[in-house]
This record gives sequence, C-alpha cells and structure tokens, in this order.
Amino acid sequence: MSAAFAIMALTVPAMAQNVAPPGATACSGCHDPSTPGAVFPPLHGYPSGEIVAAMQDFRTGQRPATVMDRIAKGFTDEETQAIASWLSQQP
Amino acid sequence: MLQVLTRRMLLKTAAVGAAAAAFSRRTAAQASPKVVVVGGGFGGATCARELKQKGLAVTLVEANAVYTACPFSNAVLAGLRPIEAQQLKLDAVEKGGIDIIQKKATGVDPQSRRIALEDGSSLDYDRLVLSPGVDIRFNALRGYDEAAATVMPHAWKAGEQTTLLRRQLEAMDDGGTFVMAAPANPFRCPPGPYERASLVAHYLKTHKPRSKLLILDAKDSFSKQRLFQAAWQDLYPGMIEWVSLSSGGKVIEVDAKAKTLVTDFGRHKGDVVNVIPPQRAGEIAQVAGVADRTGWCPIDPVTFESRLQPNIHVIGDASIAGGMPKSAFSANAQGKVCAAAVASLLRGEAPAEPKLINTCYSLVAPDYGISVAGVYTPRNGLLADVEGAGGTSPVNAPPSFRAQEAIYAEAWFQTITREVYG
Ligand SMILES: Cc1cc2nc3c(=O)[nH]c(=O)nc-3n(C[C@H](O)[C@H](O)[C@H](O)COP(=O)(O)OP(=O)(O)OC[C@H]3O[C@@H](n4cnc5c(N)ncnc54)[C@H](O)[C@@H]3O)c2cc1C
Ligand code: HEC
Repeated sequence: MSAAFAIMALTVPAMAQNVAPPGATACSGCHDPSTPGAVFPPLHGYPSGEIVAAMQDFRTGQRPATVMDRIAKGFTDEETQAIASWLSQQP
Repeated sequence: MLQVLTRRMLLKTAAVGAAAAAFSRRTAAQASPKVVVVGGGFGGATCARELKQKGLAVTLVEANAVYTACPFSNAVLAGLRPIEAQQLKLDAVEKGGIDIIQKKATGVDPQSRRIALEDGSSLDYDRLVLSPGVDIRFNALRGYDEAAATVMPHAWKAGEQTTLLRRQLEAMDDGGTFVMAAPANPFRCPPGPYERASLVAHYLKTHKPRSKLLILDAKDSFSKQRLFQAAWQDLYPGMIEWVSLSSGGKVIEVDAKAKTLVTDFGRHKGDVVNVIPPQRAGEIAQVAGVADRTGWCPIDPVTFESRLQPNIHVIGDASIAGGMPKSAFSANAQGKVCAAAVASLLRGEAPAEPKLINTCYSLVAPDYGISVAGVYTPRNGLLADVEGAGGTSPVNAPPSFRAQEAIYAEAWFQTITREVYG
C-alpha cells in the first residue's frame, strides 16, 4: 500500500499551499474576485483584518446590509478568520 | 494545521487508501488520474475548471455547443432582455486546458468505470462527476407530453421554449389570461415560477393592462411568498391570482388542444398556458443508477459522492442536497466543493467538511429585487441550514433597498457567468 501511495503522490499534483478553508470558495458566488469596479467589492487581496471586522459588524447589525448580515451569521469567528486570511492571500 | 484524528476519520482514510491502491494497480501506467465531468452547465463547468486548477486532467462532456442559462430567462420572457444575453459558450473553459467533447453521454458502467457516448465511443474515468441538470417528466401530468409542450411551453429549460412562450405572450390580446401550472417540491429554482409571474405581470401591466394571470399551484406555500405577495399587491393589484393546493390549485391533467388545465375542481382555459411540470435528475443519472425512486440522487454531503454507486459524484439540480435549493448559485458552490473533495480523494487524503452558501435573487420588477440566502453544512448525512443564518430580504424595506437588490441580482449573474464561462 505504501508503494501505491508513492505512485499516487507522483501522479496527483500536490495541493496548492493554501487550501481554501470551508466556505471561502462560496464568497466568489457574488464577489468577483478581482475585477476593479465590480458591483460587489472584490475580496481577493483585501486586508484580512478588514474582512473580519466587516463580517463582525454585519453579524451584529452594526453595519447595514442587504444580504451580508444573513450570510455572516452562518460563520463562526474562527471560520471567518480563516476565510479572511485565505482571501487576503489570493492574487 | 493540527487536527485531531477521530476514529471515523481514520477509518475513512483507510478506505481511501484502499481505493487508491486499487486505483494505482489499474492505472499505474497512466500519467495521471482521469476525471470526467458530464454536463457543462453551472455545476459541471464550475467543477471542471476547479479540477483543472488543482492540476488534474479533466474531460468535460457536454451535448450542446451553446448553453442557454435559465437565470434571468424570465426577463427574456417579459421582453426585458434578449435571449442572446443568456447564451454562453465553453470556449474559455477549453482554452483553460480542459478537453471538451461535444457529445451526449448515453451510458455509464460503474464497474469498469467507463462512460459511453452517443457515437459509440467511450471514455474511462477514475472519478466521474455528473451535473446533468433536470429532465422534464413528460406524461407525469396526464396529457403533458412533448407535443403538448409545443402548445403549452414549460420554458423550464431555457432556449427555444423561452422564445416560444415569449412569442405567445406577445401575440396575446389585451384582456387575455396567462395561466401557469406550478409543480410540487422539489423542482429546479423554487422561486422561479413566482419571479416569472411577477415579470409577466410587469409586461402585461405595461402593454396589456386588462389582462390577468392565474397561478394554479400544487403547493400550499412557496419561496419568498410573503415578499412576492406583498409586492404583487403593491405593483400589480388585482392582476395575479394564486390558487394554492388546498384551494384546489393542483393541476392533474392538461388538454393541449383546448389550451386548458384541469384540476379536481374545474377546468381553466388560458390564452397563453405555461406548464411547469414535475422534474427529475437528468437521464444520465437514471442510466448510471445514481438516482433513487424519487428520481433524484442521494449524495454524501462532504464529497457529493453518490450513495448508490462508488466513484460517481453528483452535483447541481440532480442531487439531493438537503436544505440547498436547486439553483445555479448552489450548483456553482457545489462544483467547487466537489472538485476539492475529488482532488483530496485522488490524493488519498480525507476531504474537509465543507460549508456552502446559496443566494437566490428574484426580480419582481426591473427595479425591484428580493433574495433568499442560506449557509449550509453537513449534519446527519445531509446538507443542513446553519441555524440563525440566512432567510429572506426584510418584509418592510424602502424602495431603495429593493432597487439595490435588483442591481445585485444583475451583478450576481455577471459574476457567476464570468467565473464559469468567462
Ligand atoms: C426560469 C428559471 C429561472 C432561474 N433563475 C435562477 C436564478 O435567478 N438564480 C439561480 O441561482 N438559479 C436559477 N435557476 C436555476 C438554475 O438554472 C439551475 O439550478 C442550474 O442551471 C443548475 O445547474 P446544473 O449544472 O445542475 O444543470 P444545468 O445548468 O441544466 O446544466 C446541465 C448541462 O448538462 C448537459 N447534459 C445533460 N445530460 C447530458 C448528457 N447525457 N451528455 C452530455 N451533456 C448532458 C446539458 O446539456 C446542460 O448543458 C433558474 C431556473 C429557471 C428554469
Ligand atoms: C449573495 C451575494 C454575496 C455573497 C455570497 C457574499 N457576499 Fe459579501 N457582500 C455582498 C453585498 C451585497 C455586500 C454589500 C453589503 C450588503 O448589502 O449586504 C457585501 C459586502 C461584503 C464586505 C464588505 C466589503 C466592503 O469593502 O465594503 C465583505 C468584507 C464581504 N462582503 C465579505 C464576504 C465574504 C467573506 C463572503 C463569503 C463568506 C461573502 N462576502 C459572500 C454580497 C455577497
């Protein structure tokens, strides 16, 4: 079996270093990752701290929203942190 | 990342290892494992691109040269948008290095891991992803067959059916009646029939204000109901009548010659009749043996692997995705999660528990949008709503809020089509 794994390891390219954490790939359902001037603010390369702060404010209702309040409530602090960190590192 | 290995995870990893061993015996000579995706719609095209990005060799099998997107096809019906705005091609997907075979898949042999194509040729796979969308269940509604659909279009697969219904609506006299039959759950795009009714009403109000719209429904409630009904009263007072299941709304038979829908309580003749019939997973899912008796495909909520056949994953409308509605947004989100899981499995790793989002925007008028959102995660073997999250737009909101959501609706379509086909 270890031999089999060795073959697998050769044939399947290693995962890109930063694997998208749970939920992160769903944000681009609306947020065009990087097109400037897009209606939904692009999130790739966005500072991680600002994403976390915005998500917290959406969750508490401190920041008005049409839809982000309903979405932000679906993520814990840890999940939000991981998503924000991943998004901030995307080109 | 540190992770505590549970017994379940260890077992899972062991199973994956065994599969990997079997796999490498069969294909050790091959350069890399082969993933085949059937269906180049929102689910399949997304998944193919994500798989390719992860360095896998991907073949995408799609029957049609041009994909006509359903989202916003109700705006085409109402004359607010040309059908060309819905037509998308796989050119950019192909440029990304994905082999595209423009043929219909006609058979699947899960044992030898091979699919058959319409011309008699075949393709081997290590993992197969099916995203075939829905099939209309002709004759499930007595009298509604393919011939009837040319008289009473369903327009639930965008394209010729959409333009046919559009022409009928344009030809209708002022004072005419548009009758719609809406199906029981589950079906593609739960808010779709009511968005359609809204935009048809918008067209009628603008061009044929003495006309009426009747919805005969096989359900007692529907998606975003309060928002739709409040908007109908505001924007189209007296124009739309909705007949629920318990008020006798269920259509049991259609009479195409007489342009009439039959319920247990009466016959309803329309000048234009739109039948949104019962549906099931696309035929290839039935052929592959991944659909159950409901006609839809049970899946593992972490990997989207079929519960009925190994090495076959089902995403999009065809899958039973628990709380996630059958939408393009869901299909896109699922395509990404499924691709990550397939890559992990082929690498002999345990796939991560995913989290998914869905949001369905609907237009009630060109400048009046509403939405329903949800966040989902695996629970008890299904994708379940994360409690406390999601829900619909507020019932009381100023026109500026509705106008903003109409802008977001259009922007969503731009984003998703750029991501999947651009
Ligand atoms: C009127 C209407 C409005 C809608 N509005 C919205 C909306 O606003 N937002 C939203 O999110 N969703 C909306 N939807 C729903 C959305 O269109 C579907 O949920 C979405 O298309 C599902 O994607 P899919 O990949 O599962 O299937 P599809 O998009 O149907 O793609 C399936 C593809 O597979 C191909 N195929 C099938 N079988 C084979 C085979 N055997 N061989 C080769 N190719 C095959 C087909 O040709 C097709 O291209 C709407 C639907 C309708 C009808
Ligand atoms: C359904 C579409 C949709 C999805 C999906 C979505 N967003 Fe948003 N996002 C919006 C909208 C719309 C706004 C503007 C605020 C509002 O009206 O809700 C926004 C605003 C934001 C902002 C504020 C940016 C700024 O510069 O003002 C952040 C940060 C953000 N979203 C993060 C996320 C993250 C992280 C995810 C994924 C977990 C996500 N969004 C998923 C629609 C979406």
